[in-house]
Amino acid sequence: MTKKTLLIVVLLLAACALPFLVSNYRTFQFTLVLIYAIALLGLNILTGYNGQVSLGHGAFYAIGAYVAAVLMDKAGVPYWATLPAAGAVCLLAGFLFGLPALRLEGLYLALATFALGVSLPQLLKYKALEPWTGGVQGIVIPKPEAPAFFADAGLPLNPDQWLYFFTLAITLLMFLLGWNLLRGRVGRALVAIRDHHIAAQAMGVNNALYKSLAFGVSAMYTGIAGALGAIAVQFVAPDSFNIFLSILLLVGIVIGGLASISGALYGALFIQFVPNIADEVSKAAPWAIFGIFMIVSVYLMPTGVAGALRLLLARSRQWGQNKRTSKEELAP
Amino acid sequence: MKRLLVGLLFACIALPVLAQKKYDPGANDKEIRIGNTNPYSGPASAYGTIGKSIAAYFKMVNDQGGINGRKVNFISYDDGYSPPRTVEMARKLVEQDEVLFVFQTLGTPSNTAIHKYMNMRKVPQMHVATGATKWNDPKNHPWTMGWQPNYQTEAQVYAKHILKTKPDAKIAVLYQNDDYGKDYLKGFKDGLGSKANLIVAEASYEVSEPTIDSQIVQLQSSGANVLFNITTPKFAAQAIRKAYDIGWKPVHYLNNVSNSVGSVLTPAGLEKSVGIISSAYLKDATDSRWANDPAITRWRDFMKKYYPDGNVADVFNVYGYTVAATLHQVLKQCGNDLTRQNVMKQAASMKGFRIDTLLPGITVQTGGSDYAPIEALQLERFNGKQWELFGEVISSN
Repeated sequence: MTKKTLLIVVLLLAACALPFLVSNYRTFQFTLVLIYAIALLGLNILTGYNGQVSLGHGAFYAIGAYVAAVLMDKAGVPYWATLPAAGAVCLLAGFLFGLPALRLEGLYLALATFALGVSLPQLLKYKALEPWTGGVQGIVIPKPEAPAFFADAGLPLNPDQWLYFFTLAITLLMFLLGWNLLRGRVGRALVAIRDHHIAAQAMGVNNALYKSLAFGVSAMYTGIAGALGAIAVQFVAPDSFNIFLSILLLVGIVIGGLASISGALYGALFIQFVPNIADEVSKAAPWAIFGIFMIVSVYLMPTGVAGALRLLLARSRQWGQNKRTSKEELAP
Repeated sequence: MKRLLVGLLFACIALPVLAQKKYDPGANDKEIRIGNTNPYSGPASAYGTIGKSIAAYFKMVNDQGGINGRKVNFISYDDGYSPPRTVEMARKLVEQDEVLFVFQTLGTPSNTAIHKYMNMRKVPQMHVATGATKWNDPKNHPWTMGWQPNYQTEAQVYAKHILKTKPDAKIAVLYQNDDYGKDYLKGFKDGLGSKANLIVAEASYEVSEPTIDSQIVQLQSSGANVLFNITTPKFAAQAIRKAYDIGWKPVHYLNNVSNSVGSVLTPAGLEKSVGIISSAYLKDATDSRWANDPAITRWRDFMKKYYPDGNVADVFNVYGYTVAATLHQVLKQCGNDLTRQNVMKQAASMKGFRIDTLLPGITVQTGGSDYAPIEALQLERFNGKQWELFGEVISSN
């Protein structure tokens, strides 16, 4: 067993122990962290790996949330079955949005996605959709209970703990899929397009296909996160998904670390907890405090938390090596 | 003898209360913890001043010795008017800060998001800051209570006034097509009752529409001589202007969501707004009538001392002060029985409690099946400079 797998196993054990050590409210917050982490991983595939900036990923988060809520509320679909549906709808929506977006580069794409992000909350209020979406009133959905066999097995879980483990399992699955996708041919193609799209094309990468696929997969991740978010919060309304959510997601991947899988987790911790800390520091200007946190972390860790950790690890390894070599030199 | 018996009876009731103190989480001998969420940031941050004025009010109460010897610890978090944040903050207040109850959580979507949670946990969701009618539902949601006159109540007051003054009216209704507009429309039709056929035309608009000129023209062509204008500020100003410009002069009723002189009537044109009828339940501090009113003078002193950053022209600060005074009374009535059940019970037994920043004649009135504390309003007419109250205080029930 390498050091890395050992670390992952320890982290996993810690994650499993967590809901038994902290209050239900904290468990709920960590559930939200996991949900954000999925969304951030999705956005990172698009922006970090493929270099397409999206200012409208909140829209896909909203679509996922609404797919889950409408299915549960109108069709009586169980909560776990709404996730694949939300993922599929967002995959399609993202792919279709990605097609015209192909013609847009950099800032222009950012503006187009921004338009998507600002318009979606209003579209959700649209009259013709009201029988499903509930208009501005939104939809209230019930909280999932832990399956009976946990209690039978002598492990009674309350709804918050159950939802945490459910989300943890989905998060692990999504991260595993993401890791598998990004470390191979597809990941290399995405990075090649980001770094030099003409060179990538010359090497035989189908730019158009990969870029739209990246959009689709990214939207799918965010949509699944949205569905989980709706289940956790038990309520969806257009006001839940304003443009600020999209921007917060972008903040998350930059702070966490662009083009890094673990960065999604750090970013999620940041966007979940730092606004709360800021609110406690100052009621008058919570977002100014948030801004200070943001500037400080960007200044101290220009490659995100993940990048900073990598750097730290490399330095300590080098330092260890230097020490060893200097010892060897000293030896006769 | 009779007096003695009555005295004994009272003593019997009072004794157990005095004898034993009862507490739920969030209350003890020293303090009462109250939770709140307000939009201090985000699109609705103009409302944030309500949370600040409530905090200032309880600071004043604490300086004066607290309530029954206990200090009020008012914990307020920013939810940015985002329902998921409200859920998170409400859970934090209930589960981590262990407040006795939440008070004045602001916004219809935000309160909808925590409605089920609060009732499931049996933690009072007290005096919510929204005008929707659904908060008055003690049967299904016994732990949630509204405060301000709800939209349906207000619409019923206009309907009654129309029936009284113009029984042969031909009414046109303009409304915003969402739950707010529909809430008003329903109350209006309920108020007209069997006379609902007086409505000759209805037109609605979406918030996303740039103007509502065509709706006004359409309503005018119906031949209506009364207009009930259910619109938010921007559209209210457009409607007033357009009706005037095309020479339509119906008796114009304007919902009090949009009765701000500064942000509605002035942009529409003050001379075009003469004669418009609306309603109020709070004393507006900018109104010259209340310039020397003792209640408003006291309120001004309060603002100066405890909330000097607050805008004294902002009626939301009168709102915050008045709603906090309502809760102050509820907690006084609770005595030493600070359980969630008793807080709800006392809040539901306010028998004509008078707060002097409410318009004269308006009181707080609740009961076991009546979770709508303020149900009376007074009509007002715009005279080209300011609103003039007229007629009696009208209650919807």
